[in-house]
Amino acid sequence: MNLRLIKTVREKGIEVISLLCVIVLWQFTAEWIVKNKLYLPSFYDVVLSLFAIIESGVIVTDILTSLLHFGIGIIAAFLIGIPLGIIMGWFKEANEAIDPIIEILRPIPPLAWIPFAMVWFGLTHQAAGFVVFVGMIFPIIINTYTGFKNVPRVHVDAAKVLGCTRSVSQIRYIALPSALPSIVAGIRIAMGVGWMCLVAAEMFGVSKGGLGYALWFNFHLHRMDFVLLYMLLLGFLGLVIDRAFRYYVDKKLLRWTAGIVV
Amino acid sequence: MGRVSVKNVSRTFSKKDDESETQALENINFNVEDGEFVCLLGPSGCGKTTLLRIVAGLETHTSGEITLNGAPITGPDPKRGMVFQQYSLFPWRTVIDNITFGLEMQGVGKGEARKQVEKYLDLVGLEQFKNSYPHELSGGMQQRAAIARALANEPEVLLMDEPFGALDAQTRNILQDELLKIWEQKHVTFLFVTHSVDEAVFLSDRIVVMTSRPGRVKEIINVELPRPRSRTSPEANLLRDKVLKLLEQERFTR
Repeated sequence: MNLRLIKTVREKGIEVISLLCVIVLWQFTAEWIVKNKLYLPSFYDVVLSLFAIIESGVIVTDILTSLLHFGIGIIAAFLIGIPLGIIMGWFKEANEAIDPIIEILRPIPPLAWIPFAMVWFGLTHQAAGFVVFVGMIFPIIINTYTGFKNVPRVHVDAAKVLGCTRSVSQIRYIALPSALPSIVAGIRIAMGVGWMCLVAAEMFGVSKGGLGYALWFNFHLHRMDFVLLYMLLLGFLGLVIDRAFRYYVDKKLLRWTAGIVV
Repeated sequence: MGRVSVKNVSRTFSKKDDESETQALENINFNVEDGEFVCLLGPSGCGKTTLLRIVAGLETHTSGEITLNGAPITGPDPKRGMVFQQYSLFPWRTVIDNITFGLEMQGVGKGEARKQVEKYLDLVGLEQFKNSYPHELSGGMQQRAAIARALANEPEVLLMDEPFGALDAQTRNILQDELLKIWEQKHVTFLFVTHSVDEAVFLSDRIVVMTSRPGRVKEIINVELPRPRSRTSPEANLLRDKVLKLLEQERFTR
């Protein structure tokens, strides 16, 4: 037990010390140099505000609301983006028909959709989810499509001679698993974009809750310690989501690629 | 039963952008008897792989007729197994799941399929590696698994497209020996494409030597060497010499 503790301390020691130094430096700068809570709240202020929102329970509703928005966006982007990418990657005619539409819509920044999100959905969770969806769908479509385009011909041929002759089976048993690394990479990019869109959508008031909303709300009250706290929460949550996704993908979904590249 | 008959088969490739046409195969005629081991040998680009893919049902022929046991070949069918030159195992499936793929496609349950393919794992000596992913195997092991995967469907004909072309010389020799053992045990008809004269002489009952493009049958050679064969016997050398000379002519007529 003790040995293990020493080992982890030794392994993580530098990381912890580095973090501690930053916190001390931050606290010192805020307390002794800036001396103004509006410009730079100290570490201690942020910790106090954290306790405040934990005590009032706001933290839970804010996080859950944001996750709900994110969830709506990601599920919609999956349900529409992946099948669309599959159809475009497998059937040439579908690609020819759909590609120009996508190329026109894609360069529109997702945040430009915010007015329509409000007009179509009102100030609802769906509206914020829609903005997330717009941010996520294009990387997913394009990476699914690319993954399907790059399915090695020999795998399809091998499947055919083994009796896998229907298009549906070839997609399900060959193309989809083969394209999965590319699809997963697309999802990771999409999650990064979606997370940014989420915060922006909530800040613009597309919904009446969530971390972005709370951040903007506190800004109006000039409570910069809370603003900073919500910034850190957003970053932390984004990190956790990405790590969890990566863990799931590496351990479960793409175990077969382990060792091919990294 | 696996008797392949190739009658007057031709294949022309036409390019889409211009009107030019390339004739890959011209009037190919030969039969492969049930249980026979036949090699298709020819200079590179002679269309031997195209011919094999047509027999597999992966390509179409422009004219002529190909039949298996009298029935014309129209598309891919598990009755005609195929092993490719490139590593063709599905990298997302373990070795055993690769081998069960054909059975799964026929609707056999996964558990049942795994039981049924045990003997093929054994046959190619991959029992230990059944739960490994393809990228964890050497090239030789991957091709062994690919052979087991093709055999698991119990095909009547096994089509092999230079399956040992990417392997080093020693592994190739070992796999050739193993392949002959499998052939003796399983009573499968083999149609084997190769560009190696040594391989053709060592393996086959008959060698179909093809001309350079457009591919035609130049000569069909009966290999009457007793089995098990020696790679370096004087008779084998004589035959190798004869085949090499045939191929050399092709080089000069081009």
